[in-house]
Amino acid sequence: MAIDAIRTERLAKAYRLRGPARGYRTVREALSSAVGRALKGRPSGEIGRDRRDRQELWALRDVSFSVAAGDVVGLIGRNGAGKSTLLRVLAGIVAPTEGRAEIRGRIGSLLEVGTGFHPELSGGENVYMNGAILGMPRRTIKRRFDEIIAFAEVERFVDTPVKHYSSGMHMRLAFSVAAHLETEVLLVDEVLAVGDLAFQTKCVGKMGDLSRSGRTVVFVSHSLAAVSSLCRSAFWLDQGRLKLQGVASEVIGRYVSSVTDLAGQPLGERTDRSGDGSVRFKNVGFRNGRGERVGSACVGDDLSVELTYQSTGSETLERVSTSIVFVNHLGSPVFTCWNDLVQCELRDLAPRGNLVCRIPRLPLAPGSYALTLALVVGGRTADKIRDAAMIRIVEGDYFGSGKLPRPENACVMVDHQWSTES
Amino acid sequence: MIEGVGTGAAPETATIYVRQPGRRGGLEDLKEIWAYRELLYFLTWREVKVRYKQTVLGAAWAIMQPLFTMAVFSLVFGRLARMPSDGIPYPIWSYAALLPWQFFTQALSSASGSLVGNANLIRKVYFPRAIAPASSVLFGLVDFSLAFVVLLAMMVYFGRRLTWEVVLLPLFLGLAVMTALGAGLWLSALTVRYRDFRFVVPFLNQLWLFATPVIYPSSLLPGPWRMLSGLNPMTGAVEGFRWCLLGTSRPGAMLVFSATVAVVLLGSGALYFRTVERSFADEV
Repeated sequence: MAIDAIRTERLAKAYRLRGPARGYRTVREALSSAVGRALKGRPSGEIGRDRRDRQELWALRDVSFSVAAGDVVGLIGRNGAGKSTLLRVLAGIVAPTEGRAEIRGRIGSLLEVGTGFHPELSGGENVYMNGAILGMPRRTIKRRFDEIIAFAEVERFVDTPVKHYSSGMHMRLAFSVAAHLETEVLLVDEVLAVGDLAFQTKCVGKMGDLSRSGRTVVFVSHSLAAVSSLCRSAFWLDQGRLKLQGVASEVIGRYVSSVTDLAGQPLGERTDRSGDGSVRFKNVGFRNGRGERVGSACVGDDLSVELTYQSTGSETLERVSTSIVFVNHLGSPVFTCWNDLVQCELRDLAPRGNLVCRIPRLPLAPGSYALTLALVVGGRTADKIRDAAMIRIVEGDYFGSGKLPRPENACVMVDHQWSTES
Repeated sequence: MIEGVGTGAAPETATIYVRQPGRRGGLEDLKEIWAYRELLYFLTWREVKVRYKQTVLGAAWAIMQPLFTMAVFSLVFGRLARMPSDGIPYPIWSYAALLPWQFFTQALSSASGSLVGNANLIRKVYFPRAIAPASSVLFGLVDFSLAFVVLLAMMVYFGRRLTWEVVLLPLFLGLAVMTALGAGLWLSALTVRYRDFRFVVPFLNQLWLFATPVIYPSSLLPGPWRMLSGLNPMTGAVEGFRWCLLGTSRPGAMLVFSATVAVVLLGSGALYFRTVERSFADEV
């Protein structure tokens, strides 16, 4: 039976959004809150005494899992799902708020490429420095120094200060140091996206070597392709919770289809929504420039998003604010349409009806986008749904030139002019 | 190919690292700092390497600072104010005190900012956080040794001989190190949470200078006060330096005060540091 290299039990991490310990506290704040406590006669002391008073964000919640020694696990999920927080807790950088994690063996973490690199130090010196920061003993670095330099392809610049390095060289060297860590457990956060294509391929190869060497690796990536090729199993984190764990290909499959699935479900039946529910979205529809109902649009099309809402009451809705966030396949918001942004007041709305948002000349690059909808009535959030709908954007003639930038060079289209001056 | 440890499953004997809320035992902390001693060395080494890069005078700055301070003090306090100096030429008399003093102020101010200054490191990598202020103090010792060479040259110039007491010098240096580290632990941890301390430290350094007999001889203090002045551990260090190097009157019972306060400062600093250190990555 395999030994577990990592085991967590109901791991949770809360961040305070508001409240006494937010940001840089000043002595004055601390004093005045102490005085306030004294006046109110509340006991001061133990943590969590007024946890309910504070706005908290649970970046991780009830995360229990185990990773067998020698396993390579991919951690997937959208932005803000808690992936990086989980790595930081496992690495010991931040303490969990609740729960417990046990890691068997020494831990190497690579959460950022080139942490601790000093521009004034030479490449070789930085290898030692960075190695020490990552917890590599000096003799190990010494033994593997040539290998590290060779892998990074910077042999000729070992004695050059890193500030004269190109950004590619810099990244390669930093990755190389980390890739030669010899710890039993390795935590890696999204680092394959460094350097040019050739080096990326090399990195993926190196990660493959690592995984074959019997090391336990936990690996966060937005690149589902990398996860599926490197990892045997995968964890899917969603809003701080462990949603699914299992064989990598299966988890990835479920993850990919989840976004589409959710969006396919009738909006009225969705329960994964927040808000007080006084007014709810019932449907989302898209129309093109000619007013025809569509499920996809071309780049540069005029697009209208139709939001059908319904109130539980029968009185008119006095002051309404509504927003649509377009989120790309990586989970990154691309842009937001919000009536307050364009100073369009929505007042005295019928208790049920449609809100229409018209986007002239849609500037989104081809791809699939999920919509997050929010509805605020009279200052209170009435309804909010992530992934309320999906829209597919296909290639179109945005610029009127019949051309589009290469996909890797653009996520939005921006109008522009060129001229010459002499 | 990958070699070394980590081939095959982790042995059952491997160390188990636990992540949970709350604190750990103090002994574990010390063991961990020891395990990370190489990082301590490298952080100090990085400071040494980087500190005087792209300066024309380079490491000479380590000497110039105490040397110029000594010159200014000699002129203003020695010549103009005719400050008594235990019958020893004012320049070397003040320099002997400036050695531990400059070490102390420099170590204290860089230790205080060490956590905030290494914020990126703290957010991205785990290491025992006390390594940061400790390496600042260690780095202060590098400059100290350079400035010490100058003192030896001055001893020759002023025709003074070393006496056997010089072997006790490390004790007084130790007193200054403990004070700097203790105050550094306090202030670095406080600065993470309350940025106010960034303004407090330079001011504190200034006040502390006047509370320490660097410019003036402690013989100016009336009897009982002289004893109480030992409550400032840097007084003990400075008096000790002068005694060991220049043969001024031997600091007596006040040293007990100095040593006690230094121990308390270091102990309480370490305790406070430990209670807040786990939240540094969230707050820095």
